[in-house]
Amino acid sequence: MGEPVPPDGALPAAARASVGARGFGVYVHVPFCLTRCGYCDFNTYTATELGGGVSRDSYTDLVLAELALARRVLDGAVPRVATVFVGGGTPTLLATDDLARIIDGIDAAFGLEPDAEITTEANPESVDADSLRRLRNAGFTRISLGMQSAAAHVLAVLDRRHTPGRAPQAALWAREAGFAHVNLDVIYGTPGETDEDWLHTLEVVTGAGVDHVSAYALIVEEGTRLAARIRRGELPEPDDDVAADRYLLAERVLTEAGLSWYEVSNWAASQEARCRHNLLYWTGGDWWGVGPGAHSHIGGVRWWNVKHPAEYGRRLAAGRSPGQGREILTDTERRTEEVMLRLRLADGLPVTVLDPAGQAAGERAVADGLLEATAWRAGRAVLTLRGRLLADAVVRSLLP
Amino acid sequence: MLDPGATDPARIRNFCIIAHIDHGKSTLADRMLQLTGVVSEREMRDQYLDRMDIERERGITIKSQAVRMPWTVQQGEHAGESFVLNMIDTPGHVDFTYEVSRSLAACEGAILLVDAAQGIEAQTLANLYLALENDLHIIPVLNKIDLPAAQPDKYAEELAHLIGCEPSDCLRVSGKTGEGVAHLLDEIVRQVPAPVGDADAPARALIFDSVYDVYRGVVTYVRVVDGRIEARNRIRMMSTGAAHELLELGVISPEPVKAGALGVGEVGYLMTGVKDVRQSKVGDTVTIHDQPAKEPLGGYRDPKPMVYSGLYPIDGSDYPALRDALDKLKLNDAALSYEPETSAALGFGFRCGFLGLLHLEIIRERLEREFNLDLISTAPNVVYRVQMEDGTEHVVTNPSEFPSGKISTIYEPVVRATVLTPSDYVGAVMELCQARRGQLKGMDYLSPERVELRYVLPLAEIIFDFFDQLKSRTKGYASLDYEPTGQQPADLVKVDILLNGEPVDAFSAIVHKDKAYNYGVQMAQRLKTLIPRQQFEVPIQAAIGSRVIARENIRAMRKDVLAKCYGGDITRKRKLLEKQKEGKKRMKMVGRVEVPQEAFIAALATSETDTKNKKR
Repeated sequence: MGEPVPPDGALPAAARASVGARGFGVYVHVPFCLTRCGYCDFNTYTATELGGGVSRDSYTDLVLAELALARRVLDGAVPRVATVFVGGGTPTLLATDDLARIIDGIDAAFGLEPDAEITTEANPESVDADSLRRLRNAGFTRISLGMQSAAAHVLAVLDRRHTPGRAPQAALWAREAGFAHVNLDVIYGTPGETDEDWLHTLEVVTGAGVDHVSAYALIVEEGTRLAARIRRGELPEPDDDVAADRYLLAERVLTEAGLSWYEVSNWAASQEARCRHNLLYWTGGDWWGVGPGAHSHIGGVRWWNVKHPAEYGRRLAAGRSPGQGREILTDTERRTEEVMLRLRLADGLPVTVLDPAGQAAGERAVADGLLEATAWRAGRAVLTLRGRLLADAVVRSLLP
Repeated sequence: MLDPGATDPARIRNFCIIAHIDHGKSTLADRMLQLTGVVSEREMRDQYLDRMDIERERGITIKSQAVRMPWTVQQGEHAGESFVLNMIDTPGHVDFTYEVSRSLAACEGAILLVDAAQGIEAQTLANLYLALENDLHIIPVLNKIDLPAAQPDKYAEELAHLIGCEPSDCLRVSGKTGEGVAHLLDEIVRQVPAPVGDADAPARALIFDSVYDVYRGVVTYVRVVDGRIEARNRIRMMSTGAAHELLELGVISPEPVKAGALGVGEVGYLMTGVKDVRQSKVGDTVTIHDQPAKEPLGGYRDPKPMVYSGLYPIDGSDYPALRDALDKLKLNDAALSYEPETSAALGFGFRCGFLGLLHLEIIRERLEREFNLDLISTAPNVVYRVQMEDGTEHVVTNPSEFPSGKISTIYEPVVRATVLTPSDYVGAVMELCQARRGQLKGMDYLSPERVELRYVLPLAEIIFDFFDQLKSRTKGYASLDYEPTGQQPADLVKVDILLNGEPVDAFSAIVHKDKAYNYGVQMAQRLKTLIPRQQFEVPIQAAIGSRVIARENIRAMRKDVLAKCYGGDITRKRKLLEKQKEGKKRMKMVGRVEVPQEAFIAALATSETDTKNKKR
């Protein structure tokens, strides 16, 4: 897919010229996990899957090498970094000192804004009060905990290793360690999960005092162990109607707890609590994705790195870009993405982005109760609650 | 002395082979070609006479052909004398009864070829009756006697009972090994009468086949009855009066061989350069333009479509290609008729008339295979005659043309059907025919194990799933043949299928009143599983006029959103979206309901799967 990335990673002049116009961030991928969860198709490796040549100990040096390459490619004309997101995998499998070196490396390469949002993902069982304090001291301002569920049997189906009480406990420790922003990630619609299980999960989440919640319907990705178990009939297939009901329940419980949706699957307690890094993705911002398999976007060019850490390491060691392929977006593709991404936001999409046929389709969507009538009259396409559940269909109708 | 145009009729034997598919006709013909020396070992290939790929693949013969073979009798009263044998191949399927009857009319004798392991089948029986009606001399022959499962004694009894001969009169051959074939050729000379005609009368030749060839134009196969046709003659088609110059005349042996003339009793081909088989129709009489015969030979009739179906290109832009393809096929198929038709659901297409289901399927398959077209065909229907109370009359070849006013009587076509079944299944077959509104006309035991049942059945009941049901209720043992036998008044209604309140013309059907409810329920249920959920609830209704007789609901889709869309997902999600948009373009819109092409194909497919089984 896509065209090759030049060996030196060079970007078209037009892309470089506009970098940072809508904000600039850095994503760092940490491709390590202790075990692989049955539902996960992310680019992550356990020690046995990894093979030789790459280790957790040497990984930080590779990240720093790619940051140096990024700086060369952008030729110094880089805006300061507003957001950093360390994801995985399991970032907290890296030593806190290594995570601190990465943040320092980003600061050295581009310069961090004074109020930069710096997030790391963490598994509840991989952090404790002490490690969270050290992460805070290393410069992280936000932590995102992979809680998934408060029901033990659901965690078991998902192959998660923590106990149900561990995530809210970790959230509490995080706040005590000085994290102003804490997110809990939860999943609904797992085979075997009941409405009661989900309600209980939501109550635990709202009781944990966090200012951000991401709630996802389980996606059964091809090639995962979960997909195989469903295919063999060991587990029932997730049902869309059930997922729709659970979504409505999440919306109700979270809203009552003072969290409002700002993206289809994300709720926040305030404007400040919204994840600025993710908003960068959804509003056409620029970011450099560091690490194997990481995706980047700079000025209308999207590229992605080679997936395997060993190949990633070899390329960087040879002074070459780890980019595997890229696409230079056409105007049509950029507009498609803008509609596709912005419509998922509570702030919505300016109606003027749509062509006349799209605007006519928007009128019909308003009539069908899928777009908010008042927002539409004010010039924005904003999904209603029912529209959020049918967002992809609305997007298809708005695009030529 | 045995050259074309100079052969004494007393030295000619014209015969055909009546056999069921798979009973070994083509293999026996292959052996005859070899034994008479018209095809050498080196040139031999299996099923030599079956030209079209479709024929060879399915092991069935669609177009007949006539082969002239010299034969010197080996044993018996004519031993050592030389004769000309014309083997006229006959189509082997129910849809082509008329073509079969014309082929039979060109012969004096018929080999009744029956698989010694299976016994006679209904279609063979029907063709046997046709041969007897044409006063043909029948030579019963049991084939495949080399098979371990062969029971020649048992089936010899059956054949003897059927045609009123002795079991010992049945010859036994193996087309595969060649055993008994030479003796059979001797017996053809001995038993089949020589043709009789008036050599001095104005020429009259029967057209028993007409084939379009891209290089040579239409090749017309004739049997000369009276007089003589010479290569330099101008000929005239008696049904139309049209005159043509002869470009070439000859015999097939088994490749075309030019000749100077064809005389009484001879079989050969004519070429006039016409490009359309409609100008040289099966059953018509050829005469000489300057000295025309007064009366044509009897038995001519225009081919009449019995079954209609709408053919639509899946990709609307293929419409001109479909029209060109039909125009081409028509050149070789006098029975194919079509006219443009528009369906609200399916777009632009053609309403096509066929002799029957197999004919429909052959055409469809050729359109798809030879012309690379992807087609949707609507459920086949028969032709109805609808009389209104005000005295006007409508001929309905498409359910959507069914009149809505006050109807006095509806007539539907009926067929005379023959079912051969092992006696164990008589009850099951009768039950089926009863359920399909059949009237029992007679029943005969061919042997203690085998029964012939004769029914009059509505053709519409046969084209819908009948053959499949017959096979499944008799463990595959029963066989069926039928021929049109007129019309009968019937209590029929038109059932419409409505999607979200909008009628879908492609799904309308004319059915018997007692079956309307079943049809409605089945169609509604099937569509419910085939049409994806929409953003709103979609009622599916079956209705007679304004009266709803069945209803299903497609529940509204409640969730159509990908949970996650982060940095790495964006390219993938955009590609998915682009793909979904493409998919949406291939949807047919019925009002606001998006219906995938596949749903139309699947919903209309039932009767087609039946024909698929039929050819096995």
